[in-house]
Amino acid sequence: MPPGQYVTLDFPVLSAGPTPRPHLDDWSFTIDGAVESAVTWTWTELMRLPAETVTQDIHCVTKWSKLDTTWRGVSLDLLFDGVTTTGAYLTAWSDGGYTTNLPLADVRDGKAWVAYEFDGQPLAPEHGGPARLLVPHLYFWKSAKWVRGLTLTVDDEPGFWEGYGYHNYGDPWREQRYQGD
Amino acid sequence: MEDFTVDGNALAGALAQYMGRDVSADQGTCGHCGAPSMIAELVVYPKAPSPVARCPHCGDVVMVVTEIRDTVTVHMNRYAM
Amino acid sequence: MAGAALPGRLNWQLARVVEVRRETATAKTIVLDAPDWVGHRAGQHVDIRLTAEDGYQTQRSYSIASAPEDTQLILTVEEIGDGEVSPYLAEELRAGDELELRGPIGGYFVWNGNESGPLQLFAGGSGVVPLRAMLRHRAATSNTTPARLVYSARTLEDIIYREELTDPTSDVDVQLALTRSWPEDWTGHRGRVDDALLDSATWPANEAPVIYICGPTGFVEAISRQMVARGHAPGRVKTERFGPTA
Repeated sequence: MPPGQYVTLDFPVLSAGPTPRPHLDDWSFTIDGAVESAVTWTWTELMRLPAETVTQDIHCVTKWSKLDTTWRGVSLDLLFDGVTTTGAYLTAWSDGGYTTNLPLADVRDGKAWVAYEFDGQPLAPEHGGPARLLVPHLYFWKSAKWVRGLTLTVDDEPGFWEGYGYHNYGDPWREQRYQGD
Repeated sequence: MEDFTVDGNALAGALAQYMGRDVSADQGTCGHCGAPSMIAELVVYPKAPSPVARCPHCGDVVMVVTEIRDTVTVHMNRYAM
Repeated sequence: MAGAALPGRLNWQLARVVEVRRETATAKTIVLDAPDWVGHRAGQHVDIRLTAEDGYQTQRSYSIASAPEDTQLILTVEEIGDGEVSPYLAEELRAGDELELRGPIGGYFVWNGNESGPLQLFAGGSGVVPLRAMLRHRAATSNTTPARLVYSARTLEDIIYREELTDPTSDVDVQLALTRSWPEDWTGHRGRVDDALLDSATWPANEAPVIYICGPTGFVEAISRQMVARGHAPGRVKTERFGPTA
């Protein structure tokens, strides 16, 4: 367990705003920004991609951890396959306006997914459904709920919580909750 | 599942610690839509890493109040008082 | 320190739980001892911060249930199933436990007793807590301002301070509205607060009551809308929203 965390059997819902409820007909996921050409998937196209079921521990900056959570989704390695980029960073952006930033390296090599199922069920809206980013090795605010795309950037651009004093990287094992940690 | 919101009264304590007085009845103007509101009327999402206050008219974020290492910081970048 | 110039304590202070007692199946009263307490006004609240041994931390606002004149500082808190149950809080908070407190705070949702107009109160569930403090303050100061309370809860068992509020010797007009179920012989209001109840249990706009509405967000917004629609000046309608509809 990372330092300062406690285990919960619940799945607390934290949110900075109203729960978006997009129509799947209008939904898309896009990788754009500092890329040679943007790529986008409709919901139907996302559902046709090979998916993985993964079991991970997740850690929230508010100190709760949930062990052995099961998710199903598409690996970002697969989504980035064929994407040429000059950016070393990305900003994940969501319905409702939420953003969070990550180094590109932290979403490659089996470390991240676009997840649409939790515990064998379609991901509930309050937990980020229809689909959320899943990056379990970092504090869970980096796993952007209601994700709609990743914008590759040359420079690191702080997202929502990062701009309000939360740590820019967010490694739970080094207890990087806030700026300066 | 309904969104869990309270109102600006819930921020009064942290705001008082930051500003030195009770501002719940104070008026402000939303930086996004220009509509006026009382701090007590802001729509607050308390179940977040830090509470987020939104304009009751347009729903955009007007204030975030953080309490990090016992220091209260009021980020009021979208609310003019 | 410049404490005298500031309205109450603005920093976290330590408080000890003196007693915990159950009010209803989901509400409990917590009696606190706060050595640095400066007193409060009816309607104000405190922020409470609890840190458990396992690191779990919670911070929430709770309205003060006691009147300024009462000898004990009391909070009444509702346990809502909101997915934040921790091993620590699943057990009862116990006498002797320590917690941190900030306040009292809230100059907006306060009734001192010298306001103009009769006192009109609307409580949804645990929203009754600050209104009860106002009524206790009224009684303790022998204030004769006419007062009415409309208190909406799911069932009779969810009514907090039932004996105190339905005391036949009280000169406060209390109307209870039960929304989910009621006894067969129930003579109070059945169902949600509606026009008929508002007609019979509230002053009209030309009497210019000062109105306090406290409870879940949905309840507060519905009542507030209705009162403004009945002609009450928005400035006379004070609101405090606690959370989603139970």
